[in-house]
Amino acid sequence: MSTVAAISTGLAPGGIGIVRISGEDAFSVAEKVFVSKNGKLLKDLRGYQALLGAVKSEDGELFDEVVALVYRAPKSYTGEDVVEFNCHGGLFVTRQVLRSVLSAGAAPAPAGEFTKRAFLNGKIDLAGAESVMNIISSHSEQEAKAAFNTLEGALSKKLSEINGILISSSASLAAWVDYPDDEIEELSSGELVKNLNTAKKELEQLINRFDAGKAVIGGVRTAIVGKPNVGKSTIMNLLLGEERSIVTSVEGTTRDIVEETAVIGAATLRLADTAGLRSSDDEVEKIGVDKAKKWLESADFVLAVFDNSRPFANEDEDIVNLVKEKKCVAIINKCDLPTALNKEIIIQNFSDTVEISAKNPDDRKLLSDSIEKVLETADFDPSVASLINARQKNCCENALREITQAIEDLENGVTLDAVNVTVDCAIDELLVLTGEKASDAVINEIFSRFCVGK
Amino acid sequence: MEYFAKHYDVAVIGAGHAGIEAGLAAARLGCQTVIFAINLDSVGNMPCNPSIGGTSKGHLVREIDALGGEMGKAADSTSIQSRMLNLGKGPAVHSLRAQIDRRKYSEYTKHAVEKQENLDLRQSEIVDLYKNEDSLWVLKTRLEAVYTAKSVVLATGTFLGGRVYIGDVSFESGPDGMFPATALSNALKKLNLPLRRFKTGTPARVNRRSIDFSKTELQQGDEKTVAFSFDSAKKPENKVACHITYTNDETKNIILENLHRSPLYSGKISGVGPRYCPSIEDKIVRFSEKKRHQLFIEPCGEDTEEMYLQGMSSSLPEDVQLKFLRTIPGLENVEIMRTAYAIEYDCVDPLALSPSLEFIDFSGLFGAGQFNGSSGYEEAAAQGLIAGINAARSVQGKEPFVLGRETSYIGTLIDDLVTKGCADPYRMMTSRSEYRLLLRQDNADLRLTEFGHNIGLVGKEKYNRFLKKKEMIAEELERVENTVLPPTDELQKFLVSRETSPLKTGARISELIRRPQLNYDLLTPFDKNRPDLPDEVFEQVEIELKYEGYIKRQQAQVEEMRRLEVKKIPESLDFNAIDGLRLEAREKLTKARPQSVGQASRISGVTPADISVLLIFLAKEGIN
Repeated sequence: MSTVAAISTGLAPGGIGIVRISGEDAFSVAEKVFVSKNGKLLKDLRGYQALLGAVKSEDGELFDEVVALVYRAPKSYTGEDVVEFNCHGGLFVTRQVLRSVLSAGAAPAPAGEFTKRAFLNGKIDLAGAESVMNIISSHSEQEAKAAFNTLEGALSKKLSEINGILISSSASLAAWVDYPDDEIEELSSGELVKNLNTAKKELEQLINRFDAGKAVIGGVRTAIVGKPNVGKSTIMNLLLGEERSIVTSVEGTTRDIVEETAVIGAATLRLADTAGLRSSDDEVEKIGVDKAKKWLESADFVLAVFDNSRPFANEDEDIVNLVKEKKCVAIINKCDLPTALNKEIIIQNFSDTVEISAKNPDDRKLLSDSIEKVLETADFDPSVASLINARQKNCCENALREITQAIEDLENGVTLDAVNVTVDCAIDELLVLTGEKASDAVINEIFSRFCVGK
Repeated sequence: MEYFAKHYDVAVIGAGHAGIEAGLAAARLGCQTVIFAINLDSVGNMPCNPSIGGTSKGHLVREIDALGGEMGKAADSTSIQSRMLNLGKGPAVHSLRAQIDRRKYSEYTKHAVEKQENLDLRQSEIVDLYKNEDSLWVLKTRLEAVYTAKSVVLATGTFLGGRVYIGDVSFESGPDGMFPATALSNALKKLNLPLRRFKTGTPARVNRRSIDFSKTELQQGDEKTVAFSFDSAKKPENKVACHITYTNDETKNIILENLHRSPLYSGKISGVGPRYCPSIEDKIVRFSEKKRHQLFIEPCGEDTEEMYLQGMSSSLPEDVQLKFLRTIPGLENVEIMRTAYAIEYDCVDPLALSPSLEFIDFSGLFGAGQFNGSSGYEEAAAQGLIAGINAARSVQGKEPFVLGRETSYIGTLIDDLVTKGCADPYRMMTSRSEYRLLLRQDNADLRLTEFGHNIGLVGKEKYNRFLKKKEMIAEELERVENTVLPPTDELQKFLVSRETSPLKTGARISELIRRPQLNYDLLTPFDKNRPDLPDEVFEQVEIELKYEGYIKRQQAQVEEMRRLEVKKIPESLDFNAIDGLRLEAREKLTKARPQSVGQASRISGVTPADISVLLIFLAKEGIN
């Protein structure tokens, strides 16, 4: 692959900036711009060795205090030859160094390029690659940490543990059918069921953690719904901490959907301020209402807003029905105004209700506490393996379904050749998850995530 | 003096299980064919087990039969005891195994070859093989006859460069005391075929009169026997019994004390032996924690007192063999008739073959059987059939016939050999197939008869019988899906007695058959209008209903696999030119030269990441 370079540290001022060069010509490119203090050449270094020196800028200027680190293929992050320049001069210097490297023949690395190469060179599995992508686009510290753990292998490790159990079950099934005459021990279905149950429990835990994990790692798609003028935009602004939406008291002012990201403790909410839900004759408002409904349908989490200052109306009733199936916090807003709402209806219909005045910034805490409680993110431990996207969850659910079937079949006395089929299906699902099985799903993922265009 | 003898379309070297199928298939497809054998008394010889079939091997035999091969019929005609193995383990692994009268089997197959139109059988040792300027293969015999052929099938078994080892003694030899093919081995080396050494072994044959059967367990054949061939109208008869006995500590001690005299442990044999069919000394060393090993005493035929001791293959010296055999209950006074031996032979690295079993680098040259690195009669016959078919198709300018893994054990066997290669003699096992529940021995005809018909090996009569069976299955399936049994008192009582829930309303017969606690037989008294159909039809319907969910799962897996299988890799593709492909993957791919991405994905040493790189490369290049 061609040789590429990029700044691989954050673009924050100060501290050490690292310029990473990866590819077949990494050494020759680096050599062109690097002058070592002791006169040694980079190409003479072994892997993991470093040289102190300076980098020449395009106009011949020397940037001192650069440490060049050499990694030799395949023992590097990308699996290729890699040179990293550690620049001590802050962002400006780091950028200058990158410029020199690029003019020496390296191509600029697009976002995710190093990870793509690491994946293609077999250095990380798909779950790892996905988590790097999540780190790159992470919004909170918790999110980055959890994604980082996936990369470090908490997830991969957990999955290979589960798959280990399944593979050994499948292997004993296979051996048992292959040696009819041999003195191979009768396979006890009790032992099999026990092992499969262990795998099942582990998978269930992973799946159960998914929602909380996703709220922390990928962000949870959140809809704020309510009849017009209940203060949805104000609530959104309260969560975002600044004014984003136009807030007026004219009904139906919010029509377009703007997605925003709010960090609530450990959770990341992907919010949209949508139009108030009511039937309307106004064409433009109708479009807004339709959009809002669509967003609500696809949302994994709902903030249902009711107005303390107005009586419970038919439109409120509609909302109660609309969000029945969703994970939800009911917000009784405008509690600074005299109460006209029959709160009992709300409390009866929702397991989590919070009373606030969105105009009051102090109420943010109240709201975010109930959000964290419902999303179960407050106690989320980012060091434990978690699934980070729907694809991964889907694979786990499929695997779980197969294992459950296998256990049920064993208990019903279905013959073991058939049980073996379901166990193998479960194994396949988990291999697809980690990318250890080349399948269309994996390939599509690579194409979509890493923009490896045609 | 050399003289030109004859020209053939197809020449087959070797008349073992592979050579027979290859020769018969090519001749039946209309090619002028010859089979050369070193000794015509060894046609279809069974130098090891006097049995055919067994786990997954039984599948192969039925598949060979469905495609129009001979092995199933030969086995049915000469079978002396028949058992369906794994009956308790589910239909995917039911496996037919039969004891065979080995002399009669040899006679049957030799006669089948002799009778076959277009086919000559010739006792000749081939000593040279090369391609002449007219692109014809030239075969020279020991007696200086020169033959030419458009296609050649190498089915040399353990004759090629054969060397027998018994303790400290070793000598050049083919199996069962036949002459080895040593000169041919050199000719193949001149062609630069990637030859290597494998070894295999066989146990002693002993005299029945010297065995005390009262100390052994009796093993009878099945009451209700099943034929291998879908054409055999007659069910095989059980004419003999087998017996089981066990080794003990004393056996173990004698073997361990004499291990230094084994050519395997003293390092005389360099060839790699079969992992799944180890010698007794191997078993004792490798599974040292095991108290005893089972052995089967199997008759070699109806008209002989020779008995085969399955599980006791050995290359220890003759005196040690006698000593350890006599420690075994029932064998205290045993008299050996033929000594156990190990045999080392030349075979080819099958990665040099394409899925049609033709050498990638030598058009018109095919390999089959042990020559390709497999072990077992059934594996050999399966490859012989495919090599013979393709040798003929090559002569006739037709596309090669390749069976996918999802169609058959034959396809799985060949794909494994030519894609993954083999580090030791390859033995078929049910666990080698990822589609076990689809590739059952009971439906081999349903899977493959159509192929056999299209190729031209399955005649009208057999094909019509197959169509009729298919129709009966479909009709019966429809009947049980549409017939409702009312919840009568007797039925309810019966269901409760089988520990399954009684009915609320009437139930379709199919629903009842699907219940794990029930089956066709049990439902007979309640299924009043059941038509009179052959057992095989009910069997298919029952399996299809009971295993529907699993069969569907496997079919989904097949679909998934096909998506990679249809992505073809151009023959001209230079794997070294693909950026990002690891060095090991480049080497492995360049060696195996896979024809599709699916095939590439099964090569050991090629990782999913490599496949991703390959797919991305092909997509970028606009291939597929």
